Amino acid sequence: MDFNDTSEEAAYRKEVRAWLKANAPRTKGARDGGLEDPVSMDDSRAWQRKKAEAGYACITWPKAWGGGGGAAWQSVIFGQEEAAFQTPANPFAIGLGMCVPTVMTVGNEADKQRFVRPAVLGEEIWCQLFSEPSGGSDAAAARTRAVKDGDDWVINGQKVWTSGAHFSDFGLLLARTDPDVPKHKGLTMFWIDMKASGVEVRPIHQMSGASNFNEVYFTDLRVKDSQRVGAVGEGWRVALVTLMNERLSVGGGGGGSNYRRLLALAGDIQTLTGLGVKDAALREKIAEWYVQAEGLKYTTFRTMTALSRGQTPGPESSIGKVVSATLMQDMANTALELEDQFGIISDPANAPLAGGFQTALMNAPGLRIAGGTDEILRNIIAERVLGLPQDVRLDKDVAFKDIPTGR
Amino acid sequence: MDFDFSDDQKFLKTEARKFLDARCGVAVVRGVLDDGAKAYDAELWKAVAGQGWLGVNIPEAHGGLGLGGVELCAIAEELGRALAPIPFASTVYFVAEALMLAGSQAQKAKWLPKIAAGEVIGCFATVERPGVLTEAQVQAKVEGGKLTGVKLPVTDGDIADLAVVLAKQAGRGSLYLVELAGPGVAREVLTTLDPTRSAARLVFTGATAEPLGDPGEGMSLAEAILDRAAVMLAFEQVGGADRALEMAKEYAMQRYAFGRPIGSYQAIKHKLADIYIKNELARSNAYYGAWALGAGGSQLPLAAAAARVAACEAFWFAAKENLQTHGGMGFTWDVDCHLYYRRAQQLGLVAGGAKAWKERLVSQLERRNAA
Repeated sequence: MDFNDTSEEAAYRKEVRAWLKANAPRTKGARDGGLEDPVSMDDSRAWQRKKAEAGYACITWPKAWGGGGGAAWQSVIFGQEEAAFQTPANPFAIGLGMCVPTVMTVGNEADKQRFVRPAVLGEEIWCQLFSEPSGGSDAAAARTRAVKDGDDWVINGQKVWTSGAHFSDFGLLLARTDPDVPKHKGLTMFWIDMKASGVEVRPIHQMSGASNFNEVYFTDLRVKDSQRVGAVGEGWRVALVTLMNERLSVGGGGGGSNYRRLLALAGDIQTLTGLGVKDAALREKIAEWYVQAEGLKYTTFRTMTALSRGQTPGPESSIGKVVSATLMQDMANTALELEDQFGIISDPANAPLAGGFQTALMNAPGLRIAGGTDEILRNIIAERVLGLPQDVRLDKDVAFKDIPTGR
Repeated sequence: MDFDFSDDQKFLKTEARKFLDARCGVAVVRGVLDDGAKAYDAELWKAVAGQGWLGVNIPEAHGGLGLGGVELCAIAEELGRALAPIPFASTVYFVAEALMLAGSQAQKAKWLPKIAAGEVIGCFATVERPGVLTEAQVQAKVEGGKLTGVKLPVTDGDIADLAVVLAKQAGRGSLYLVELAGPGVAREVLTTLDPTRSAARLVFTGATAEPLGDPGEGMSLAEAILDRAAVMLAFEQVGGADRALEMAKEYAMQRYAFGRPIGSYQAIKHKLADIYIKNELARSNAYYGAWALGAGGSQLPLAAAAARVAACEAFWFAAKENLQTHGGMGFTWDVDCHLYYRRAQQLGLVAGGAKAWKERLVSQLERRNAA
């Protein structure tokens, strides 16, 4: 049980830190979703290229594909160290974390040669086109149709909650090719050119005011059969490869609101019984949240230890988001309660701590839903980790077109 | 980063589980539960001593195995899982650790070998009245080397040979070693929530008391001992919580309602997922506590508090929701759910309850932030 780096890890960390110090750009505020700004996108691309050229982009990928040819623990250490710098926003995460690895695993040789390296270098950005208005958690219920027409496929339908579709070059699209078989069997995966005619991207105006996601409409979008990723009817199996890669990427902590900021706030605010930081009920809550936040941090250290030892990490990393999202929401709500009437002010100029807890409150609902809702994540823990039986599925052995639909 | 048990420690843990599966089945636990005259399982205690577990963290020079605190944590997790009905925590986490922390060479040489050999049972006698342990509540006092006062509840006080007692000398809290077989000691068994772990009222009327550590340092020493015990107890709690989750899972797969296993309903799935989440958070915090214990640095008080708060929450939640998952059967004497429900309370309170530890945690946090 050693919390400290091994000598090998310490040496790598030192090397990474020195490289970051010499090379990381001093970009202010770019992490606040400023990707609409072309300057910040240029910054992001430049930073990605710099990392790729030094072998720090896609550290675990083979050098032949533009990666670093390194180990998973190195990737974790680089991520930890990079987080200490104010680096540009990362619009490449979905492509490099999910879409491109799918192409590398399932795609044909020509696609691999064509797509992997430009993605690593930050020249091309990918988005993932799975979720649809009729099926958020139920991704296999996709209705977007792809119909064979000679050597082409013609695609019609709509995707939703697509992160970064507005600045993506390519998308990985899950489409229904056969509605006459059960839902998991009638899907096929394609890559598409996001700039092609027949693709329309419309930003979603989120409750937080920001627009990080999009709706994507397909109207008679024509794609070649060579754009198919995997066999016809194998789309769900390919999608699972994508989602597996999502789970393999080791996540960080919660972010947003944290107990340090809450302690700072409580040290500067009066309650009826004195200074907020002396309030026993608040202190109990802070202790509970501390234990959750630190517990998550140490859980990622357990994952990293398994990677360091060359083992497959246990399922414990699956608890991350389900804990951190609610933690963020509850902490923000308590902070606002502490601010009392001031809590309604979100204007950074007037709100305590520049309105950080107000922002967290408005972002938290999205965090509890995106990438698997709290409920779906609990199902996944129960079924895949604990081995409990699946719920009764009314749609399993029915032709997709005969599955009942509500709204 | 090596944030897990080592291969050797895992081997020790696996062997401990095999041993306890064979020697500490639920019949052994129930043997103590159902027999009012039985304070602990003496046979298991002997067997555990034979394995050398009592001396895992005691130096070889004092008759122990000298392995270390993390090894002790590995064994603690298995003892907690098995609900071992023996005075292990009192003797090892409290008294042996107190001796190693504050004892003189002579005290260590006298007592540690006997503890390691299983010849001496220990107990930690601090509390006198309901509420959090504070120096102000301590009425017991020592004058001229003689101890007078009443301590309760003292876990294993009815069977212990040696007590570490918090008492006042000239108005200042100090720790003392008291041999309980000597004159001036009366004990009375208390009825408690968890009969698989006994407790007593100790009445001292002029019992011989030998100082342990510096006079006047009793309260801070007691807190240092509690920090160490909290980490080891956290592993027992994690072990118990894991077993409670397994029980709930097994039952949820076998029990059918409305034509299907109850484990296929989301109400049960989400409940069990929540137990899993709390257990893993508790395990991670316990690991950090174990590391802090071994590293011996200033991180221990905060790490111990975090381990304790997370472990108390995890075992309590797992125990109560395991019982709930079993429905009416869980409320019967014959089904084992209540054993965990009882032990969760016993472990959750024996080193001070979570409420007080949360306060300690935040105080430590403020201290760290101020530094």
